Amino acid sequence: MRSEPPRLRVDPIACTAHGLCAELLPERVRLDDWGYPIVDGAPLEPELVAHARRAAAACPTLALKLEAGAGARATTRSTR
Amino acid sequence: MSAAALPRLLAGADPHGGATLRAHLDRHGLAAPTEVDPKWLVAEVERAGLRGRGGAAFPTATKLAVVGHGRRRPVVVANGSEGEPASAKDATLLAQVPHLVLDGLALAVVATGAGSAHLCVAAGAPAARDALAAALAERAAAGRDAVAAELVAVPDGYVSGEESALVHLLNGGRAVPTAVPPRPFERGVGGRPTLIQNVETLAHVALIARHGADWHRAIGTPHDPGSALVTLRGAVARPGVREIALGTSLESLVAHGGGELARSRGVLLGGYFGTWLDPTEARRVTLDAESLRTRGASLGCGVVAVLPADACPVAETVRIVRWLAGESAGQCGPCVFGLAAIADALEQVADGRARGRGFGRGRRGDDPLARVRRWCGEVAGRGACRHPDGAVRLVASALKTFDADFEDHLRNGPCGACARPSSFPLPQFGGALEAAA
Ligand SMILES: Cc1cc2nc3c(=O)[nH]c(=O)nc-3n(C[C@H](O)[C@H](O)[C@H](O)COP(=O)(O)O)c2cc1C
Ligand code: SF4
Ligand code: SF4
Repeated sequence: MRSEPPRLRVDPIACTAHGLCAELLPERVRLDDWGYPIVDGAPLEPELVAHARRAAAACPTLALKLEAGAGARATTRSTR
Repeated sequence: MSAAALPRLLAGADPHGGATLRAHLDRHGLAAPTEVDPKWLVAEVERAGLRGRGGAAFPTATKLAVVGHGRRRPVVVANGSEGEPASAKDATLLAQVPHLVLDGLALAVVATGAGSAHLCVAAGAPAARDALAAALAERAAAGRDAVAAELVAVPDGYVSGEESALVHLLNGGRAVPTAVPPRPFERGVGGRPTLIQNVETLAHVALIARHGADWHRAIGTPHDPGSALVTLRGAVARPGVREIALGTSLESLVAHGGGELARSRGVLLGGYFGTWLDPTEARRVTLDAESLRTRGASLGCGVVAVLPADACPVAETVRIVRWLAGESAGQCGPCVFGLAAIADALEQVADGRARGRGFGRGRRGDDPLARVRRWCGEVAGRGACRHPDGAVRLVASALKTFDADFEDHLRNGPCGACARPSSFPLPQFGGALEAAA
C-alpha cells in the first residue's frame, strides 16, 4: 500500500465550536458564521502534517481527525 | 405475470390490508427464498440494474456483495420507516403486500448469509405494522423463512429512518444518526456488517428472484430499468400511490391523477430533500435518473407533489425549510445553526422584514438571498448524516426555479397567495428525541 498524506475530517457530533483548530491551522481550517470549522477533504501538504496533528491533539473534544488517505472513503453514501 | 404489465409490486395488493400468504403464493408462485442460490441472486440483481428506492439510488447488488463478503455474520434491516411525510409508498406496500417485502428480506438474508433480520416500520403506520405482524405469524407457522424477522417500531421523525439512526436504535439507543465512519455496512447492528435496504427495494428483489433480470428490464429505461412506486399528491383529483414504469413522462402521470401541469405552479419531485421544477421543465421530463439529472433532479423516494396554481412557491418552500430545520437531530452545529439561519433568512424575505437595509446577521454583504446561497454551499456535507444536504438541496432548487418570486418577495413583501395554508403535509412529530428517549 502506498502511503498517501492524511486528510482532515471533523466529527460534527463531537465538535463544540471551540475554534482552536482554526487558530492552530489557519492554512486549512476556517470557521463558518456560527464558529464551526470548515475543512476540505484534500490530502494535507507534507509540511502541514505535523501542524495538523498538533491541532487535532489540541481539540478539546477530539473532534478534529487526521484520516489515512486513499481507500478510506466509504463506498455507500446516502443522499436521502 | 407478463413482463410488460403493470402493476408488478402492487399486483394482488389488498386495499383492506394484508394479502394472505396463500393469496401471495397463488399470485407469485411458490419459490421459497431458502432455495435460491446466493451467488446467482446477487448476479441477477446486478444484471437487473436495481437501485435503492429509499432515496439515494445506490446499486443494490453492490451492497449485497459487500455486506456478504465480511468475516462476521451480517445482519439485514428492511427500512420501512418512511420518515418523509409527503410519501406513502412504503406504508402502502407494507400494508397491502407484506409477503412480497418479507420474501425480499428473506432473500437478502440468503444473499448475504445473514444470521438475523429486522423489519423497521414507522410507529405512525399502524396498518402496516398489523399487516406485517399477521404476515410474520403466517410465515412462522408455514416454516417459510430460515431466519425469523423481528418487527421494530421506529419513532416518527424525519431523520429516524436514516441508516445509522436505525443501527443506533437496534443497538438499544435512540433513533438519531451517529457519527460515521464506521458505516453500517462495515460495523452496524451488534458490531456486525449490516445491510440496510428500503422495503420497496426488497420487494423488487423478491420479483427479480422469481422472474429474472430480463423480466425486470422489460420495462423502464436501459439506464433505469423496472418499475417504481410514486406518491402523487397536491393539485391532482386522484392523489395516491401508483406504480409506474421508470421513464414514464411526468405529464402523463399527473394527467392520470387528474391534474394538469400547465395549470400548476410547479412540481416538487423527490420529497422535502427534493427538487422543484417549474411547469415548463416539468412537462419536458420523464421519470428516470437520466432525464431528471439534466434538470438537477432525481426521483428520490418517489414523491411527486404538484403545487396548485394559486399557491405561493416562496411561502411553501419556507414552511418546508422551517419544518426540516425543526427535524434536525440537534447534534451537529452546521445542521442545527445553519438550517435555522437559512429558515430565518428565508422567512424574513418572505414576510417583507428583509426589505431595505439593516437586515440581520451574517458577515459579508447584506443581500439575504446571497447569504442563503452561501450558507447552502457551506452547510452541505458537514453533518453526521445527509439531512442538511437534503434540506439545502431543496432551498437551492427553490432559489433557482422561483428566482423571480423570491426577488419579488424581497422587494415587495408577501404576495396574495402567501397566507394560503401549506399544500403539503408538515406533521407535528412531537420531537424524535423525546419520543425515543
Ligand atoms: C435524514 C435521512 C432520512 C432517511 N430516511 C429514510 C427513510 O425513512 N426510509 C428509507 O428507506 N431510507 C431513508 N433514508 C436513506 C437511508 O439512509 C438508506 O440510504 C436507505 O434506507 C438504503 O436503502 P436503499 O439502498 O434500498 O434505498 C434516509 C436518509 C437520510 C439522510
Ligand atoms: S478545536 Fe475541535 S471542537 Fe473546536 S472547532 Fe475545532 S474541531 Fe471543533
Ligand atoms: S446532520 Fe443534523 S440530522 Fe444529521 S445527525 Fe447531525 S444534527 Fe442530526
